Amino acid sequence: MPITDLTALELARELHARHVTVAEVLDAYYAAIAALDGQFNCYISLTPEHAYARAAEIQPRIDAGELRSPLAGVPVALKDLICTEGLETTCGSNMLRGFKPPYSATAADRLWAADMLLLGKTNMDEFAMGSTTETSAFGATRNPRSPAHVPGGSSGGSAAAVAASLAPIALGSDTGGSIRQPAAYCGVAGLKPTYGAVSRYGLIAYASSLDQIGPIGRDAADCAALFALLKGADPRDSTCVAHPDTPAAPIAGLRIGVPAEFFGEGLQPEVAAAVLAAKDRLAAQGAKVTEIRLPLAQYAIPTYYIVACAEACSNLSRYDGIKYGHSTAGAESLRETYIQSRSEGFGMEVKRRVMLGNFVLSSGYFDAYYKKALQVKQCIRRDFDAAFAQCDVILAPCAPTTAPKLGQSLSDPLKMYLSDIYTVMINLAGLPALALPCGEDAAGLPIGLQWIGRPFEEATLFALAGV
Amino acid sequence: MTIDRSLVLYLETLARIRLSEEERARCEGELQSIIGYFDQLSALDTNGVAPMSHVLPLRNVMREDAVSSSLPTEKLLQNAPREKDGCFLVQRAVEG
Repeated sequence: MPITDLTALELARELHARHVTVAEVLDAYYAAIAALDGQFNCYISLTPEHAYARAAEIQPRIDAGELRSPLAGVPVALKDLICTEGLETTCGSNMLRGFKPPYSATAADRLWAADMLLLGKTNMDEFAMGSTTETSAFGATRNPRSPAHVPGGSSGGSAAAVAASLAPIALGSDTGGSIRQPAAYCGVAGLKPTYGAVSRYGLIAYASSLDQIGPIGRDAADCAALFALLKGADPRDSTCVAHPDTPAAPIAGLRIGVPAEFFGEGLQPEVAAAVLAAKDRLAAQGAKVTEIRLPLAQYAIPTYYIVACAEACSNLSRYDGIKYGHSTAGAESLRETYIQSRSEGFGMEVKRRVMLGNFVLSSGYFDAYYKKALQVKQCIRRDFDAAFAQCDVILAPCAPTTAPKLGQSLSDPLKMYLSDIYTVMINLAGLPALALPCGEDAAGLPIGLQWIGRPFEEATLFALAGV
Repeated sequence: MTIDRSLVLYLETLARIRLSEEERARCEGELQSIIGYFDQLSALDTNGVAPMSHVLPLRNVMREDAVSSSLPTEKLLQNAPREKDGCFLVQRAVEG
């Protein structure tokens, strides 16, 4: 078996048993990327200089038996919105083409402290705004399971790299499903952590009240191992909190909630069947299945897009052509520098969401849209509180269908937004959710489910993956 | 809610973005369908519900003020399109 087919934990065991060196692992991955990434376009940039220099530092520690983490020596791919000091970080946008951050994200620093190392930066929808990785300024990524189809998004490059054996493990970010939906489309595992579990310092902001960094791996055990390295309070992110580990609940007696609203109209029948089969496997082990209601599910998408666009228009006002990023050549005034730099640097989906954000925040519309959305968000959270009084975990699909073909979503933005129906509610409520592969449709495309838990109960979600 | 050309132009001004005529025409229709979709929230009765900006029940905590080092100026200026004497260089913004 080629070493690129091992899970991250299996690879770590091979490295720690000194059956293979870190440099040999890098050789294997860079050879695989050179052979295949022309076809899939998972990566925006590769970082071999960083990786081999780090390998030279890490290998002597492994040789001496000094293992700084269970994943020491394992290379990782980072979604290209996680800042890496001195290494280009583009956010999938012409606005940040060539941008070399002066500091690294806390999430990246934690992985380097654990003796992991960077393979490269992965493709994504521009500023994480998209569900297919087609809005990237660096070209679309293709689904390794079927190159005519999208890998999902916005963390499509990370999910595709893990699925295509072009990275053992990766980081993505999830604002409205951007880890879980591409994991589902590509047939890999991905965790959207509880809001506040992982530091957002150095994560290029889209919608700050919803964004979370999380792992994408070949299986849930890899995601759990990476999550253990990522989580924990950070003085540089005041919303990131320390939380004691909640032990996994036993499967016997676990109450599984199945929301009627998530299995109705619009769901591909093969997806429904594959997702619901998971509850039967758990019931066979003593779990109890109960129907729950999330009556506001139909309002989740408008609520999410209002909140996300409002925060995005504020966050993206920093791109002004003055401090960093694209700057126009010929503007005659300061105001024209702003306007032309932004008009040239942003792609259409980003412009659309920034304009929508300005609309919902503008005088005369604020109460009807933004304030209303924050009230509905409160109601959605109450619905989940009520649901979790009746059950311990919730089972849901990640997306209504398997991966669509390339080019189908770009022509109709609203249609693309509607495909986020099962994921955005979880971000609005700040809950953790683990996406896992659970089958294939007739065309052989992967189907993914998600287990949704109470805040900071990721351990229970990981335990369910073994069943 | 009807989205017309003047509203699109107003949003461009607020967003500091200038669309091409072709983009503007396309945007008008797209914003109409998206905002039309947003309008379904008006059917919900949210009277008396407090708006929730953050899901975590966090309170501000004051800590002791402590001096720590920040990034050096040269490092923060390394991505600046134009700089002069350790500052970002911009066009004149105030006459006189």
